[in-house]
Amino acid sequence: MPEQTPGQTVGPFFGYALPFDGGPEVRAPWQPDAVRLHGVVLDGAGSPVPDAMIEVWGADGDGRPSTERGSLARDPNGFTGFGRSATSADGHYAFSTVKPGVGRSGVGRSGVGRSGSAPYVVLAVFARGLLHHLLTRAYFGDEPDANATDPLLRRLDPDRRGTLVATVDGPRSYRLDLRLQGPGETVFLDYGTAQ
Amino acid sequence: MTDLTQETISAEIADRHQREQGSGAVHPRRDFPPYRSTVLRHPTHELVRADPEEIELVSPAFGHTDVAAHESDLTIQHAGEPLGERIIVTGRVLDGDGRPVGGQLIEVWQANAGGRYAHKRDQHPAPLDPNFTGVGRCITGEDGSYRLTTIKPGPYPWRNHRNAWRPAHIHFSFFGTAFTQRLVTQMYFPGDPLFGLDPIYQSITDPAARARLVATYDHEVSEPEWALGYRWDVVLTGPGATWTEPEDPDHA
Ligand SMILES: [Fe+3]
Repeated sequence: MPEQTPGQTVGPFFGYALPFDGGPEVRAPWQPDAVRLHGVVLDGAGSPVPDAMIEVWGADGDGRPSTERGSLARDPNGFTGFGRSATSADGHYAFSTVKPGVGRSGVGRSGVGRSGSAPYVVLAVFARGLLHHLLTRAYFGDEPDANATDPLLRRLDPDRRGTLVATVDGPRSYRLDLRLQGPGETVFLDYGTAQ
Repeated sequence: MTDLTQETISAEIADRHQREQGSGAVHPRRDFPPYRSTVLRHPTHELVRADPEEIELVSPAFGHTDVAAHESDLTIQHAGEPLGERIIVTGRVLDGDGRPVGGQLIEVWQANAGGRYAHKRDQHPAPLDPNFTGVGRCITGEDGSYRLTTIKPGPYPWRNHRNAWRPAHIHFSFFGTAFTQRLVTQMYFPGDPLFGLDPIYQSITDPAARARLVATYDHEVSEPEWALGYRWDVVLTGPGATWTEPEDPDHA
């Protein structure tokens, strides 16, 4: 078995290399099914992190992962499921995407997960000072019934569960702040790949 | 400029390596105070083990509609030739089972030969090179192979401590066949005298894991009268798909 390559921080100078035009617009904002997912990234002192980068990866409105190419050169009528947003000077990130569907019911979202899974999108967090990226999920605050049965959310300490649930803060808009450290620290996930 | 000395940073690194000897950890420790910016930016809670669902077991797809062939050559993006030592970096991207990761996106960025990034916040008073931006992309071949042509980047100073210098490196971003294989890392050059002093490189406490970030000089890759060749193979882990979550919620 080949041995795994370690990660390293994205550093301070990714800003002219990784963000791309249309990166945050996973679904064109004028599309009727588009939703906004946004928030701020905060450090352990509660200060905004202006040099972070968030990636989003989510299934489509039917709960299926897209296999479309073209995340970098987007088709405004398409949906690839992948987006990238650098944080602004005030630590803010924002995406336009879709709320994933719940998929084929009874076998979980898509036959791989278990039943009861609530809709979510996956987030990856990169930053200067973060030596290896972090993965987490954004669930949706207007899905209380689905969230109550979600296998991951149910397992979390109730005090921390809310850190993965984006709150509705406007029409078709959800807010999820990401706290890297300290009070309200976001639950970050290990999928059995980290050592 | 900080009064923190290299001696202090090196002692902190040595102490940490001592304590973690034999841990076999692959990835850097996020809580690694010799790299001062980590202090307020690492989670203090243990990561929560999660069972990957379908979305996490697949990956975004990229292709030749996203990336043009010439983007893999960082030396032809401007009217003239960039200054510095022309190099070829090639290798294969594999998953944890040794299968090639084909048709997938690689992104790179780097400083120029003088150690300066074409980034507005890089204040290092080394010259910008009008013929070098230092950003490239490619899509891996079906056998997981990639090949980039660029300039060997220079080492550069940073403000972690007094007289702090990063070893020469190229930043790389990889996508695997599953989103859980996502990897951002840095490739280094063999024999760099700054390795022992650099808290970012040394944040990987296992020496064998650290060594996997160093490319190998490969004379077969070098091209006569043109460029020196380096080989660097990369292994992305697969998701822990066979893992099942504990029944007892207290183990979360
Ligand atoms: Fe760098």
